[in-house]
Amino acid sequence: MNKYLLYPGCSMESSAKAYMESMNTILEPLDLHFEEIDDWNCCGATEYLGINLIPAYSLIARNLALASKQKNGTRTVVAPCSACYLNLAKADHYMDERPALGEKVNEALAAGGLHYVPGTLDVRHLIDILVYDVGLEKIRNAVVRPLTGLKVVPYMGCMLPRPDYQHRWSDHEHPTELDDLLRALGADVIDYPLTTSCCGGHMTQIGPETAFELIRRLVADADERGAQMMVTVCPMCQMNVDAYQNEMNNFFSTDYHMPILFFTQLMGLAFGREPKELGIGAELVNSRNALAHIGVEVPVTQEPAAPRKKDEGLPMPRRWTKHEDRKEAVK
Amino acid sequence: MTDERVRAGLTHEEDLSLLHEVSMKTAGVSRLEMCIQCGTCGGSCPAAQDMDHTPRMLFAMLRAGMREEVLRSNTQWICVSCYHCVVRCPQEVHIADVMYTLKGMAIKEKLYENSTAPDFSQTFVDMVETYGRSFEMGLASRHYLKHFPLRLPGMMPMGLGMIIKGRMALIPKKIKQMDQLTKILDHAKQLEMTS
Repeated sequence: MNKYLLYPGCSMESSAKAYMESMNTILEPLDLHFEEIDDWNCCGATEYLGINLIPAYSLIARNLALASKQKNGTRTVVAPCSACYLNLAKADHYMDERPALGEKVNEALAAGGLHYVPGTLDVRHLIDILVYDVGLEKIRNAVVRPLTGLKVVPYMGCMLPRPDYQHRWSDHEHPTELDDLLRALGADVIDYPLTTSCCGGHMTQIGPETAFELIRRLVADADERGAQMMVTVCPMCQMNVDAYQNEMNNFFSTDYHMPILFFTQLMGLAFGREPKELGIGAELVNSRNALAHIGVEVPVTQEPAAPRKKDEGLPMPRRWTKHEDRKEAVK
Repeated sequence: MTDERVRAGLTHEEDLSLLHEVSMKTAGVSRLEMCIQCGTCGGSCPAAQDMDHTPRMLFAMLRAGMREEVLRSNTQWICVSCYHCVVRCPQEVHIADVMYTLKGMAIKEKLYENSTAPDFSQTFVDMVETYGRSFEMGLASRHYLKHFPLRLPGMMPMGLGMIIKGRMALIPKKIKQMDQLTKILDHAKQLEMTS
């Protein structure tokens, strides 16, 4: 039994619940044991870092301190979310690189009776554990339903392979870990040069025009290459490409339908689990047609009501039809 | 002014105080003074087209001590933290972390043209300081009501979709030892980087 400490992160409990559910189904077949860090708190995402330096790092470091206290025979923390992974790794790295920061953070932690010695934990992402600890051979052996014929593009996102303080990845811009893993599942992996391009991060919230363009590039390129779906390792990437795809389409007057699933959902399918157990169907751009190619039937779930088609009718806020109007609306 | 500097053609002392201040307030070792103005950062940036200044230009302004212009720039707010520039920078400047520092300084001195991004960060931080966890529903609704009320009708299908599919919790989760976290953060707020 291989033991690890788990830092799930906030999105795994809400917007990326499907990631959590599907992750839990692959642990047993791969002989992995994850123990959640007790009473972990939010890592601050990309927001707290831009407000106040020492509180931001103290917020992150509380998790590291809790993890180093919680002995379960391992010093490895697994973070399935790329932003959480980066923040935890970053705090560990900078507390060491700049001892003055480490001292201040520990001074703050002491107010809560905690302490963290930088470098005592290994912070790693879920896919790192799967590819390098479990190994592709073992994953290949667990496949009972090969994803033969499913055309996918592997989307790694930006915060996983960069800046890569501990040199864990095969490359900063074109890492192959996700490609290799999906191939081990039997999927038809399409080369995707944009694999580490940004999904827009929090710009969907604060500057949608910037984010829409970044999402469009990703989706358009995946579509041009003939992908049936994108596969991601990050809750933020999933959220932006999936939940904002419709808005992006409206903004550019395009009509893309590119589902994006978590790699753990595809692993679950390949290991013989059913879509329902893997949170498949929770995506807003549904993957039903894509999965039909490998004979997986996704039950129809309740879809959100389609926006009204006609502009005339009840005195409701009108839908923006012209590009310029939409731009105005976004401002 | 030393003789060497005069011989080198410099007519006045460079004022590097802003550069040093930013460097000091940045998490790790910023290496900001190592910038050779090659422009790899701006050329690698997926969002540069929406920025007032490319990172290269911003760093030149920092060196020139243009405090207000630097802090008022939208560049740090457009930065999407994708670290493309960071891994390509030949001088290994911690560009993304410098952007975080500039955001913090701009907020502290209220030097920003558009409050959407600072407000979003503050709302996020408020949620975290109250619950210890992020609360997407509270965050999104407060943010959209304040900044994009016009976009709300268009957002309905997505928001509803997220709720129907169980992807948006309606009630926040609170950590058990919230008092401990509050003590840590309160104490942390009293501390400043001095070296």
